[in-house]
Amino acid sequence: MDRLETDAAETAGSDGIIIARDVHKWFGQLHVLRGIDLTVTTGEVVVIFGASGSGKSTFIRTINRLEEHQRGQIIVDGIELTNDIRNIAAVRSEIGMVFQSFNLFPHLTALQNITLAPRKVRGYPKADADAVGMKLLERVGIPEQAHKYPAQLSGGQQQRVAIARALAMNPKIMLFDEPTSALDPEMISEVLDVMKGLAGEAGMTMICVTHEMGFARAVANRMVFFDHGQIVEQGPPSQIFEAPTHERTKQFLSQILH
Amino acid sequence: MDEALAPPKGTIGPVAWLRGNLFSGPVNGLVTLMLSAALVWVALQVGGWAVSEARWNVVTDNLRVFLIGRYPGDLAWRIWLSLAIPSVLAGLSAGAYGRTTRMLAVTLSAVQALIAVLIATSPIGILGVLAYSANAAAVWVAFVIGLRGLIPRRVLTAAWLVSLPTCFILIAGFTGTPLASVGTNDWGGLLLTVLLATVGIVLSFPLGVLLALGRRSTLPVVRILSTGYIELIRGVPLVTILFMADLILPLFLPAEWRLDRVARAMGGITLFSAAYVAENVRGGLQSIPTGQVEAAQALGLTGVQTNISIVLPQALRAVIPANVGLFISLLKDTTLVSIIGLLELLSVGRAVLAQPDSLGARMEVYVFVAAVFFVLCYAMSQASYRVERALGVGTR
Repeated sequence: MDRLETDAAETAGSDGIIIARDVHKWFGQLHVLRGIDLTVTTGEVVVIFGASGSGKSTFIRTINRLEEHQRGQIIVDGIELTNDIRNIAAVRSEIGMVFQSFNLFPHLTALQNITLAPRKVRGYPKADADAVGMKLLERVGIPEQAHKYPAQLSGGQQQRVAIARALAMNPKIMLFDEPTSALDPEMISEVLDVMKGLAGEAGMTMICVTHEMGFARAVANRMVFFDHGQIVEQGPPSQIFEAPTHERTKQFLSQILH
Repeated sequence: MDEALAPPKGTIGPVAWLRGNLFSGPVNGLVTLMLSAALVWVALQVGGWAVSEARWNVVTDNLRVFLIGRYPGDLAWRIWLSLAIPSVLAGLSAGAYGRTTRMLAVTLSAVQALIAVLIATSPIGILGVLAYSANAAAVWVAFVIGLRGLIPRRVLTAAWLVSLPTCFILIAGFTGTPLASVGTNDWGGLLLTVLLATVGIVLSFPLGVLLALGRRSTLPVVRILSTGYIELIRGVPLVTILFMADLILPLFLPAEWRLDRVARAMGGITLFSAAYVAENVRGGLQSIPTGQVEAAQALGLTGVQTNISIVLPQALRAVIPANVGLFISLLKDTTLVSIIGLLELLSVGRAVLAQPDSLGARMEVYVFVAAVFFVLCYAMSQASYRVERALGVGTR
């Protein structure tokens, strides 16, 4: 692993914790990622936005190998993602992921959802894992829901449990795949508040696919606009909102900002 | 208008229910009355026959054969003892785990109490009555012990795992030991039916789960073999498989490997049922959204961990109704072993009817056999409802 890490660091030639270089991906004949180059530094909050079908979700799913890329290079914290199953496991242990549809395990309570991975993957004793789990539930603001099943929780509560679950493995990086798109309007802010807390106090490296432009303006260090499997434009929120250079970006922003 | 109002008069309660469901109009009222009259008439006829005309002594006189076939009467204590094992374990589990296992304990206790009552009417003797009553009571003694938490769960699980082979050894015995061997040719009646069904259910379930996972495997060899097995077995009637197991299998096996008849029948039933379990479970596996697997992968769980902790618990829970249906038909399909000469409950009934004493008592014998099957099947389906409710099927 050591050798591999130095190799990767050499080829990287940068201090990015996530380095994607010329990433391509096809679904059958469909060319969904067409050469993505993106470097994310430690502690950076990157918001990815773009029309549906532009490849933004697919891209963040390649970062923890839920989707396999077919050309190019992805290096996470010095480990290159290849077919080597040990590398995949190592990368996944550093990345937490939050999904649009929560994907909580319905047969487990909120607390069991959170403690599952620490217990199975890290081998924590039950008492330790429970202590960690309760602390995380307090952090996302719902310790009183620990022993409820997902179906008994509101959407916003479910997504907060999902965030706590992703944090349980103590990841260096968090990926958010449209975390608020499936929520009722009044629940969006409770989830965004947790995410803001993560970005602010915790200094977590985050990649968020989202159309919550208020969140992006407040928290993002950088915004990246995807269109047809390519990065069309990127920059700090102020520049993206006030002076977008690309015609597609202007058009898209005018549509979602009304 | 802040306080909640009571519903209007005459919209809830038994009278309203009757009016709404049975007498909602003149035609419906008439139909209700006529059907009730017909039902009462049938019940009176059947009840009258059962009480005054039926010669139940054909059942009570032959009760031993119905229960254990030609198993030696003086060795029946081994069957009582082997029934005591699951009785005690079910009681302990009911105390320790509660909920779903309680149904099992109640069923075991009730069925054995029922058998004790039956034996009391027969010439078998007081010992049998005492033994079954003791077993029925042992369930509740064990329940109290289990409630106190005196037995660790791990010990209990291990005990369940060894209980079936222990019962089997107890009933079969060994030649040349104090526990004299009883050839399986002598096993019969309810004993054989229950053993065939239990072994079939207990063994075909794990085998079926493995086949279902195999059919979805990414390894082509495993997938093709599993699929081939499932399709082959499902394409053949159980009777054919029993014939194969009984007649053709021994031809290919070396002489010293010869399994006895009951073991072959158990093997045939298990292999047959496993293919159907596999297809049920596969349906459950397909119902699990891919997001579940992705979330588990994203957390770093391996493929095996994902299957054991995430996919199988949800999939198996979803297929409880289908699997219990399958196991109920397996229980009834054990009657087919009569074609390879085994005397399970139904064929014991036919053998009893062949005796000159039983002339004209066909109805009594078949009603009794049907009632026994009904009790067993109904207990299974009730147990399944309990399990579903306890596991929250359909609600979470």
